[in-house]
Amino acid sequence: MLILLILIPLCLGILTFFLPEKIASIIALAGNCITLVVAGLLYSAYSHEGSYVLNQPWIPTLGASFHLEVSSGLQILMLILTALTFPLIALVSWSKQPDQSNRFHALMLLTQAGLMGVFLAKDALLFYMFWELALIPVYFLCSMYGGERRISVTFKFFVYTFAGSLLLLSAILYIYVHTPVRSFALNDFVAAGRSLPLAQQKVLFWLMFTAFAIKMPVFPFHTWQPDTYEQTNTRVTVVLSAVMVKMGLFAVIQWLMPVLPEACDYWKNVVMILSVTGIVYASMLAMVQTNIKRLIAYSSIAHIGLMCAALFSQQNLGQQGVAIQMFNHGINIMGLWFLVYMVESRLNTQKLNEMGGVAKTAPWFTIFLVLVSLANIALPLTNGFVGEFVMFNGLFNAQTPYRFGLTIFAGLGVILSAVYTLTMIQKVAYGEQKFDFKDLNMQEFIVMGLLAALILWLGFNPSILMDLVSLNQHAFLK
Amino acid sequence: MLNLIWLVPLLPLLGFLTTGLFRNQLGKSAGWIASAAVFGSFIISCGIFNELRGSASEGFTYHVLDFIRLDSMHIPFNFYVDHLTSIFLLTVTGIGFLIHLYSIAYMSHDEGFGKFFSYLNLFIFSMLLLVLGSNYLIMFIGWEGVGLCSYLLIGFWYTNHDYTNAAKKAFVMNRIGDLGFLLGMFLIFSKFGTLEFTQLPELIATSSVSNSYLAAIGLCLFIGATGKSAQIPLFTWLPDAMAGPTPVSALIHAATMVTAGIFMITRSNFLYSLIPDIQHIILIVGLLTALIAATIATQQNDIKKVLAYSTVSQLGFMFMALGVGAYTAAVFHVITHAFFKALLFLGSGSVIHAMSGEQDIRKMGGLKKDLKITYFTFAIGCIAIAGIPPLSGFFSKDEIMMHVYSSGTYGKIYWVFGMLAALMTAYYMFRLLLITFFGSFRGTEHQKEHLHESPALMTMPLMLLALLSVIGGYIGIPAVLGHNLGIHHALEEFLEPVLVKGNTLHHASELGLSHSQELVLMALAVLIALIGIGLAYNAFKKYNPSKQSSGIARVFEDKWYFDEAYDRTMVKPLFHVSELNNEYTEKKGIDGLVNGIGKWIQYSSQKLKGLQSGLVGFYIFLMVIGMILLFVSQLWFNKI
Repeated sequence: MLILLILIPLCLGILTFFLPEKIASIIALAGNCITLVVAGLLYSAYSHEGSYVLNQPWIPTLGASFHLEVSSGLQILMLILTALTFPLIALVSWSKQPDQSNRFHALMLLTQAGLMGVFLAKDALLFYMFWELALIPVYFLCSMYGGERRISVTFKFFVYTFAGSLLLLSAILYIYVHTPVRSFALNDFVAAGRSLPLAQQKVLFWLMFTAFAIKMPVFPFHTWQPDTYEQTNTRVTVVLSAVMVKMGLFAVIQWLMPVLPEACDYWKNVVMILSVTGIVYASMLAMVQTNIKRLIAYSSIAHIGLMCAALFSQQNLGQQGVAIQMFNHGINIMGLWFLVYMVESRLNTQKLNEMGGVAKTAPWFTIFLVLVSLANIALPLTNGFVGEFVMFNGLFNAQTPYRFGLTIFAGLGVILSAVYTLTMIQKVAYGEQKFDFKDLNMQEFIVMGLLAALILWLGFNPSILMDLVSLNQHAFLK
Repeated sequence: MLNLIWLVPLLPLLGFLTTGLFRNQLGKSAGWIASAAVFGSFIISCGIFNELRGSASEGFTYHVLDFIRLDSMHIPFNFYVDHLTSIFLLTVTGIGFLIHLYSIAYMSHDEGFGKFFSYLNLFIFSMLLLVLGSNYLIMFIGWEGVGLCSYLLIGFWYTNHDYTNAAKKAFVMNRIGDLGFLLGMFLIFSKFGTLEFTQLPELIATSSVSNSYLAAIGLCLFIGATGKSAQIPLFTWLPDAMAGPTPVSALIHAATMVTAGIFMITRSNFLYSLIPDIQHIILIVGLLTALIAATIATQQNDIKKVLAYSTVSQLGFMFMALGVGAYTAAVFHVITHAFFKALLFLGSGSVIHAMSGEQDIRKMGGLKKDLKITYFTFAIGCIAIAGIPPLSGFFSKDEIMMHVYSSGTYGKIYWVFGMLAALMTAYYMFRLLLITFFGSFRGTEHQKEHLHESPALMTMPLMLLALLSVIGGYIGIPAVLGHNLGIHHALEEFLEPVLVKGNTLHHASELGLSHSQELVLMALAVLIALIGIGLAYNAFKKYNPSKQSSGIARVFEDKWYFDEAYDRTMVKPLFHVSELNNEYTEKKGIDGLVNGIGKWIQYSSQKLKGLQSGLVGFYIFLMVIGMILLFVSQLWFNKI
């Protein structure tokens, strides 16, 4: 079952390259849906039987194995999020296919395969391979579809993240050399990493964390993101923002914290201070953006900052909150990008001051815009609230003398997020009617309705998420 | 009846969904459906009230679901009903129902009719969650929920940029307070591991937590209250909130939502009774707010703005009561204020309706001829709020001032300032009454022809609320007056189980006041109210609308420049720094550094490329230099 999650998108992705454009979109959507069903089956199997393993020898001479395993609720959440994102993208943009849609869908499917691999791999070399595999198709997607400055922006994005990846690779190799039996398996890495003297752990921490921090991104490694989000095609932005940035957080939880626990403890204050600075800094920048995509990009940086801070609070509570929020942030930011996509496809602009007054002709659009925005600022009874509340509690109880200051400073994000989000709603939807803005079509309505249902249901009754992250806290914090 | 408690919030929620989803199909019936939903809640609330009246039991808890269920955090989604809750249930659903009815007529020409009622129902639902929550978190859900509804309803006419700005301002200022509420919850949970109202009193009483920690909790929660209940420094959103339709101002921004802060602090009386320093802060903030808002109200010319500042000022009185631990008095004033302020706002709505949307009192005048019922009921509201016995405002205000008078060392000084605010209350209300309803009409000819009394659907609620404003005070007759008649302070007895011991200082004898002292204070209060009315009559029996205010009056008219000060010291600098960050720190600084590193690598590899010249001699030369360096370094290291 695990291998299907990778194989379906991988094989269909390769196949789709050679299909005519009309069939390609249908095959891609069908493939996406099958993957989603498999992910759903995996979830139900997991909640009954617990972990799933697939462990085959891969490169025996190096000690690398093809080791996929689902052993934590966080993995399930990330797999479902990945499986859910792609069909929704395909559906919401169904009526307007991109140029050379076969190539586009093929690359999207390959990206999905890479992402699934990242969330499944329990072998360091395999993990690294998928980490890069997810990046390469995205590089092509970004450079072939998007705005005018896309080439230079994507080049920077690629070099930046790739530089991070190299640091990660060097750390992986260093730890590999110190494993007792020369193996890439996560368990051996955990043993090897912990046996290293603290001085070495401290250096290794930065090699790995820099790679992950660029991906998330955490202040001050974030400058590639607003440019990239602005320039890429919004369909691709969804992938980057809803799923790919979670790779960084996920990797910290799955790899960095178990392998180098002492170094994480040693550097936690630095990371928390950076993250919390990022919350306020990015929120302030979001307030003065004139481009809606940049605004959402900075908003996302602020949210990720809170997650990273809560993660390094080293509190069980905070980390469980992060796991919940990683999923919910994925849902909410996806909703926001879809709405941006609808605005772009109707008005052909990203500039906030060229929008306005659409509430009159597009009531459903406005309702969804308000709802998703409120979820984005974590209003209670939307899915954004519970995770944020739990994360704040975790941060507040962090074992550090700065905990009060960090919480209050992070709390400023609660206020500032209201400022920029409500300004965004006001500029997009309110005011005198300027255009004949068409309300949602059928596909858009289905997608947004589904997201809205998730937002409200998970906001009112989040126990389904809670059970996933709390039952498996042992696996979660191994 | 208590087992049906889940229906109380559910009915308005269903009303919200029905009227929201089918707003285009339902037409005018949306208003009736929404009203019926609230009426259903009201009936059940009456039943609950009746059931609790006889018993002095602890509250009743109803489990809905597990909201947060993690290994180290368990917070249920529970309802908790006790005497305090049931009073607020009655106020919210009762007044809410009347305002729903009124709105059916008031909003009948608006194209957003269905939307309006769905928002109103959503508000009632949120407000009920707020008062029903069994812990701070559920209360907070309702707390933010009412903030959202307030935002949606202030910006109801979304094409107007000023209105949506006012809506945004209300939401953001509330959020500042909400951060305080959140921090309070973090502090509580971190120490006590629970947020339940049923468990915290005992935990706090028996714990060894330092007093400063408790004070921090109390202060944070109070900051939350200043946001929602429009106290200094977070009060400036409320007058702007008058951009919403008038029934909204009556329901949300006068009678119910803004009293949430008073409810929350009364609910937390087990905490505040242990931290007198914070109580003192509450008292002073309440007093300052009451005074400053009253001064502003004396100089406003927008009928709704006068009432808005009056609301801020009256909320200040309630906080004064909380500050001296007179929780019953605070709740008493919440109730009577809900009656007469809802009445006054609805009355102003009736005036605005008749004046085709005009809100400036300088352009009104002489309306009592054409709007007889509105005038009559509005006048009752004015008398009630001014504190003339035997109307309701007298009793509740008197009870508060009595407690303030007998509190602490400075109680008498605070009493004097409080009475000054009361004097201004009588003055600005009668100023409003005289300018609006007396004298000659100053509007346009078109408006004059159009003048008419509002339909029965609007005047019925006015008359009912007027009746309540008259008799509402009888739930809290002070002992000195009621003793001989055999009447007790009904509210006080009813609320007794809610308050922790030591917070039930209520009888005048316990306050250290003799009966004669108490009677003298009452007489003084009445005298002061009469002076206020007299001053207003003297000044406005002949009104000259073109007179410009000057000196200190000018400061009052311009609202003490609070908005301008906030704008200069907070908003503008914040945006300015953000712009600078965007322009310099971000683009030139951080991103510049990243690009710089990239450029530097490109540049140096460009230079290094020159080394690969292809000349064998050059390579040999480099090799020799390398070997010499190696040799030297070897020597160097060996020596050490």
